[in-house]
Amino acid sequence: MSSEPRMEVEIAGVRFRNPVMTASGTFGSGMEYGRFIDLREIGAVTAKGVAIVPWEGNPAPRVAETASGMLNCIGLQNPGVETFLERDLPFLRESGTRVIVNVCGHEPDEYYGVVERLNGVPGIDMLEINVSCPNVKAGGLTLGTDPKMLEEITAGCRKRASQPVMIKLSPNVTDIRVMARACEAGGADAISLINTLMGMKIDTERQTFVLSNRTGGLSGPAIKPVAVRMVYEASRAVSIPVVGMGGIACAEDAVEFMLAGATAVAVGMANFVNPYVTIEIVEGIRNYLIRHHIDDVRELIGAVH
Amino acid sequence: MSVKERAYVLSQDMCAEGIFSLVLRVSFAGQVCPGQFVSLFTDDKSRLLPRPISVCGADADEGSIRLVYRVAGFGTEYFSRLQAEDAIEVMGPLGNGFPLELAEGKRVLLVGGGIGIPPMLSCAEALAYTAHEPVSVTCAAGYRSSDTYLLEELEAVSEVIVATDDGSLGTHGTVIDAVRENGVAADIIFACGPKPMLRAVKAFAAERGIPCFVSLEERMACGVGACLGCVAKTERPDPHSLVKNARVCADGPVFDAKEVDLT
Repeated sequence: MSSEPRMEVEIAGVRFRNPVMTASGTFGSGMEYGRFIDLREIGAVTAKGVAIVPWEGNPAPRVAETASGMLNCIGLQNPGVETFLERDLPFLRESGTRVIVNVCGHEPDEYYGVVERLNGVPGIDMLEINVSCPNVKAGGLTLGTDPKMLEEITAGCRKRASQPVMIKLSPNVTDIRVMARACEAGGADAISLINTLMGMKIDTERQTFVLSNRTGGLSGPAIKPVAVRMVYEASRAVSIPVVGMGGIACAEDAVEFMLAGATAVAVGMANFVNPYVTIEIVEGIRNYLIRHHIDDVRELIGAVH
Repeated sequence: MSVKERAYVLSQDMCAEGIFSLVLRVSFAGQVCPGQFVSLFTDDKSRLLPRPISVCGADADEGSIRLVYRVAGFGTEYFSRLQAEDAIEVMGPLGNGFPLELAEGKRVLLVGGGIGIPPMLSCAEALAYTAHEPVSVTCAAGYRSSDTYLLEELEAVSEVIVATDDGSLGTHGTVIDAVRENGVAADIIFACGPKPMLRAVKAFAAERGIPCFVSLEERMACGVGACLGCVAKTERPDPHSLVKNARVCADGPVFDAKEVDLT
C-alpha cells in the first residue's frame, strides 16, 4: 500500500468524508462541541431530535451514572423545527460538515409535518427518523416496535422527503431483523441502531427512583456488545446500509461495528467523557487501516459475515 | 474557550472533616471567573461521567485553580486521594459565573451554605481585588458546625457573619437568620448553596427588593450544554429550547433568582 487509506463512505448517494458521525441527542446541534473540534473532520453531525413545536422534555433529574454507562430520560427537549432551521442549521452549514437531522413526533402526522418542513431545505443531507426514544409517552418507542406501524411511518416519511431517510431503531424488541425488514419494505434508504436500552436505577439509601421518569435509556460502553450483535443481525437481514452505534468509545469499537456490518458509525455518550473523541476515532481508524494494510475503509463493512 | 486536558495536582489539603482543597495546574487559569465550574474525571473506566466542581479560586500567574469540595460519593472520594504530582483529567472553564460587574460601587451580600461557600470566596476575592469602584462585601457563611473551612480567608476580604446548624458558632440557624440578626443591608446578593437555602435567599431578596443571583446544582452529564441532562425550571422561555427549561451547565449555573423556579 502506497498512499493514505481511503476513508470515504457513501449512504444512499450521500458521500461522507469518513464513517464517524455523532449520535443524535449527545451532540446538540454541533455548536457546543464545535468549540472543541473542527466539525469538518468528522463524517457527519446528527442533530438532536426536532419536533414540529418546542418540547419541554421531562423534569430533572434526567441523568444518572451507571456501571460503564449512563441512563437518561431527557424526553426530547427541543426548540422545534422552526428554531432549528433559523438558528441551528445555518451554524451547521457554516461549519462545513454533513448534516443529518433527527426527526421526532408523538404520532405519524407530527413526524410528517417535520419532514415536510425539512423537505428540500438546502444543507440537510439526510433525515433520521426517531421511532425509538424510550422517554416519551406517545410516539418514539411505541411506533418503532410494531413492524406494521414502522413500515407505514417509513413510507410516509420517504414519500415526503427529498433527502434520504434513515430510520433509527430501538433495541427494545424481540427480533431486530423484523424491524429492519419493515423499514426496508417501507422504502427506508438506511437504518441506524441502536437507540438506548430501557433501564432503571433505584437509590437504595433514599429508596426512590433516581430518574424523574423512573425509567431511562441506557447508553455507553455497557451496551456495546448488545449493539454489535444487533447491527450484525440487522445488516444481514436487509440490503440497505446500516449506521451502527451503542457504546462506541474508541477506534477499535468503531471498527468492530463496521466488521459487524455497519457502513458508518455514530459516537454518543463518549462525547461527554472526551469532547475530542470523534476526531480521535477518525484518526484511530486511519491508523488501524494502515496497520492492517487495508486501503479502503469500506473493506471493513461486514467483513466477518 | 473550554478545553479538556490532563492536569497536575500541585497540592491537596483537608480543610475540615470531609472537605478538601485541591490545587491543579491548568492552562486556562487566567480565563476562570467566579461562579464558573470545571468537570473532573476519575480514571475508573466504569465511572465515566464528569463531576462538576465549582472553582474556589484561580491564580493566573501560577497557572492554577483551586477546588474546594465535600466528599460525597465515589468521584469526590477518588479526588480526595490525589496527591501532589498526580494527574487528573479536567475540563473547563464551564458555565457563566456571577455578574460581578453589577456589584460595582454596591453593598454586596454573599451567601454561601455548606459546599456553596467556596465560590463565594472567589467572589469576595475578586470584588476585593478587582472592583473599579469601592464595594463593601458581607459574606454570610452557613456551616453544619464550628468545624469551619475557608473562614479566615473570607475574613481577609470581607465582613463575615456565620450561622451553624448546631449553634456551635455564630447564629444558631440559617444564613438568613444570621443576615436578619446582624441587620445586614445590601444592594445586591450572590448566593450558592443547597436548594432550601437558595429558596430562602430568593424570598429574602424579593421581600427587600434586592437583585439576587443564585448558583444552582443539578445532576449533569456533558457539562457543556449539549445533552440537556441538567435543567432548571425558568419563568420565561429558556434561550436554548424556548421551553422554560434552562441548561444549568451552559445557561447557568448562575441565574437571576427571579428567573428560576426553586420550588
